[in-house]
Amino acid sequence: MSPARAHIVGVGESAYARWGKIGEVSEHALACQAIQRAVADAGLSMDDVDGLASFAEDRNEAVFLAAELGLPALRFGNMVWMPGGGGGCAAVSNAAMAVETGQAEVVVVYRSLCQGQFYRFGSGGVSTDAPADPPVPSLQQANSLLMASMGFAMPYGLLMAAAAYALPTRRHMHLYGTTSEQLGLLAVTFREHASRNPRAVMGGRPLTLEDHQASPMIADPHRLFDCCLESDGACAVVVTTEERARDLAKRPVEILGSEQGAPRGYAFGPFTNANIPDALYATGGGEEMAGRLWAKTGLSPGDVDVAQLYDHFTGCVLMQLEDYGFCQRGEAGAFIESGALAWKGGSLPTNTHGGSLSEAYIHGLNHVVEGVRSLRGESTSPVENAEVCLVTSAACVPSSAVLLGRK
Amino acid sequence: MSERYFPDTMPPPMADGTSLPWWKAAAEHRLVVQECGACQVTRLPPSPVCPDCRSDQFGWREVSGEGEVYTFTRVHRPLGAGQAIPFIIAVIALDGSGGLRMISNVVEIEADAVAIGMRVELVWEDMSPDLAIPRFRPATN
Repeated sequence: MSPARAHIVGVGESAYARWGKIGEVSEHALACQAIQRAVADAGLSMDDVDGLASFAEDRNEAVFLAAELGLPALRFGNMVWMPGGGGGCAAVSNAAMAVETGQAEVVVVYRSLCQGQFYRFGSGGVSTDAPADPPVPSLQQANSLLMASMGFAMPYGLLMAAAAYALPTRRHMHLYGTTSEQLGLLAVTFREHASRNPRAVMGGRPLTLEDHQASPMIADPHRLFDCCLESDGACAVVVTTEERARDLAKRPVEILGSEQGAPRGYAFGPFTNANIPDALYATGGGEEMAGRLWAKTGLSPGDVDVAQLYDHFTGCVLMQLEDYGFCQRGEAGAFIESGALAWKGGSLPTNTHGGSLSEAYIHGLNHVVEGVRSLRGESTSPVENAEVCLVTSAACVPSSAVLLGRK
Repeated sequence: MSERYFPDTMPPPMADGTSLPWWKAAAEHRLVVQECGACQVTRLPPSPVCPDCRSDQFGWREVSGEGEVYTFTRVHRPLGAGQAIPFIIAVIALDGSGGLRMISNVVEIEADAVAIGMRVELVWEDMSPDLAIPRFRPATN
């Protein structure tokens, strides 16, 4: 007999906006709003919630949100210990483990992101204005292992994620002949999906391949439209037991399996690690993890009806398609050109909400939200009779994934 | 002082006790890799334990600074006041290092001329009397 599996029973979000556009409402207030909407969507009350989970060095700690939201008790407060967006599905996985083991009964996974209220990611706090009194360059004390690792990237000007993930993408182009136009087709496809999604920040802004090719170079091969949005917003999903899921407001979505982590020697991935094994360098680093996910669920790539793949940069989506076995290594460019990812007529409709390239960048938790909607029949780009959805969180960093199933 | 390629406003490196010896060697214009004292497998960045044999014994091996470009990107966004763009960030495969690579820059080159596989050589940039950063330029021999 297989163990009772956790289910996702509610999803919710705040309005999504461009970076810095939400300045009056605090980031944690937005988290509270998303959590309340997800709980209401499930037909539950905040009095039912006894766990909170997040990831990506969330500034909005569960202990404070539990108090602000009046949780009767916080029985499970969890933060995934991986930097960046790689922990989104892992947070869902940890919530599932909590409810499956009885540590908690209703866990809300949340992410709130209003970076305009803090500093701009990728700037390293460095201003392009000339300082009045420039410091003498000197070695600084690293205040964490991550920053000691960044010490082997920052003095070379490697601060932007767009530059970091250009490195494996450039290598992929060198090895397999992948082109900028193939990357651009990804961005165009996801933008088309966003055109039907009223939540999408870029919903009213059509994008052509010509627009993509004419967009400014950021860190080649990444042009502006190869890079995800920078957004303000929050979203949340509610995880509970199979038994509790049976009589709630919406059709529950089953968590069929989840995986998280990184392969041997990966550390933070190509952002700071130049010594990823050669066979792994021009990949998303997720192939082993994907193999474990298929093995534990008994499913294969051909069983996936719809996918929500973390799209911080187009090159990272391309490499995930190979990691997860939707095509052979080196063939993702041709796979994209075949139209496979398109809602209209594609064999693997992907990022039906528009993704982080066109809906919003909420560290990919909005991909879990869309995964649930796509199996409930609530997506604005619905895939008929979809039964299995793959959701991934990041690539080229320690990452995670869940397979969701329609009940 | 050496030739300068980047302004003083470039982000400085950060080190902890494990990586400090690497930066001290750099200040003396020595490019080193960490070498396991038990199995002699090399590694970068520095770490406390050999991931292959788990020995905590280690030494430092100086390398020539010759190597080749493994991958690269041309960054078109300014970083710090006075930074010329585009500038090149590259992963360099280091000769004689036991198969190691490092992140660095390629300098003294037209941005369009950089390519995977091109041979490069080490050039030190003294950012200040106490801080030297290893960068690479096209091989001259």
